[in-house]
Amino acid sequence: MSSWTWFHRLASPPSFYRLADRLAPWLGWLALALLGYGWINGLFFAPEDYQQKDAYRIIYVHVPAAALSLSLYVGMAVAGFVALVWRMKLAESALIAIAPVGASFTALALVTGMLWGKPMWGAYWVWDARLTSELVLLFLYLGVIGLWQAFEDPRAAARACALLAVVGVINVPIVKYSVDWWNSLHQGSTILKMGKPSITAAMAYPLFASVIGSYLFAGYVVLRRLQNELLSREAGTAWVRELMGRSRV
Amino acid sequence: MNAALAILTRELRLALRSRMDWLLPLLFFVMVVLLFGLGARPNDPVLAGFAPSILWVGALLSMLLTLDRLFRADYEDGTLEQLCLAEAPLALTVGAKLTAHWLLTGLPLVLLAAPLAVALQLPVAGLPALVWGLALGTPVLSFVGGFAAALTVALPRAGLLLPLLVLPLLAPVLIFGAGAVRAALGGLDAAAPLYFLAAVLVLCLTLVPWAAAAALRNAFE
Repeated sequence: MSSWTWFHRLASPPSFYRLADRLAPWLGWLALALLGYGWINGLFFAPEDYQQKDAYRIIYVHVPAAALSLSLYVGMAVAGFVALVWRMKLAESALIAIAPVGASFTALALVTGMLWGKPMWGAYWVWDARLTSELVLLFLYLGVIGLWQAFEDPRAAARACALLAVVGVINVPIVKYSVDWWNSLHQGSTILKMGKPSITAAMAYPLFASVIGSYLFAGYVVLRRLQNELLSREAGTAWVRELMGRSRV
Repeated sequence: MNAALAILTRELRLALRSRMDWLLPLLFFVMVVLLFGLGARPNDPVLAGFAPSILWVGALLSMLLTLDRLFRADYEDGTLEQLCLAEAPLALTVGAKLTAHWLLTGLPLVLLAAPLAVALQLPVAGLPALVWGLALGTPVLSFVGGFAAALTVALPRAGLLLPLLVLPLLAPVLIFGAGAVRAALGGLDAAAPLYFLAAVLVLCLTLVPWAAAAALRNAFE
């Protein structure tokens, strides 16, 4: 099984910490560049929508946040599955690192959606499948965070959270396909469609940039949180002491 | 299978000896529903429109009350640890415990719902959908709630955490359960939401015992 040694090396906290240390600045700067391009172009230079006028521009925040709220949940559930099956410590830490980031993006998606809904639908909130399932997603994240805080032993906490995250993953396809399954006030997807997308290129490129930029930003935040989590969990081990001795604390 | 049957009879016998334990949640359910009636204007016709949602939320809340104690006593006196160590698969014994929980708290709710619905002036056309929906939905409440109770069994103050864990997972059950009644009242076929509830129930019956067993084992590590 020598082909798996790289995997075991990656899964060990000290080597993952060093890898994350090298990777995180790249993610951070790339995210900044892409978000800068996407948001400046999207907010100032992209053409006005023929129907929604300038109000549509919140899409450059709303769509990335909504996409991330789902992707981060899937990432959290995958980390939970790995933690449950292979008892991998790194995956336990990753689960805990992802949860608050995902909750923040879900809250951001909900708030921007409400701000967008007021001028378009005439109401901040409607009891509709897409909105309600996204709200349930927020509660699922909060449940994981609450469960994590209630335990004293971090390993038992991580496994309990992992079980909850894996069970809650059933909500993700409901959020994703709610606009197709039910008659929803929320508009359908305009970008990721088979064939020709129903959005013009001058609007689409800044949107792609802000989506990718947000993913990179989320990756950056998760990596940094994961590093902190590893440090606090492995506090007292030789590699943390060595690291703290080298850098000024 | 024998072990599961033994657990089931044990739970029922225990409940028979301490009747207040399972009568109080039922009383709570009746109180909640009647308080809605008292809070509204006397004989307000609007109340009938809210009846499905009041009855479903009342059922949810009264099941929620019982969850904290579901595994607690067995955890504290060591029975649960013995069940974890026993030869019989833990998922099976957990399934039996959850089934007993439904028989004691869910089934009486289903039976009580029809008279209470009449008290809220729900038209008779909505009654079959309400009772069928509760019959399919309350086992889901027992099983999903049991999973959350298993997750938090080792925690000293799980009572406040349980609603946050359980209610989001049960939102679809509430939506389709109350939706079935509204469909029936509107003259539509209530079969589609009821089939959906049945699908959720089957999913819970097959998957939740294993998840709950894993959660219980986690409490002893």
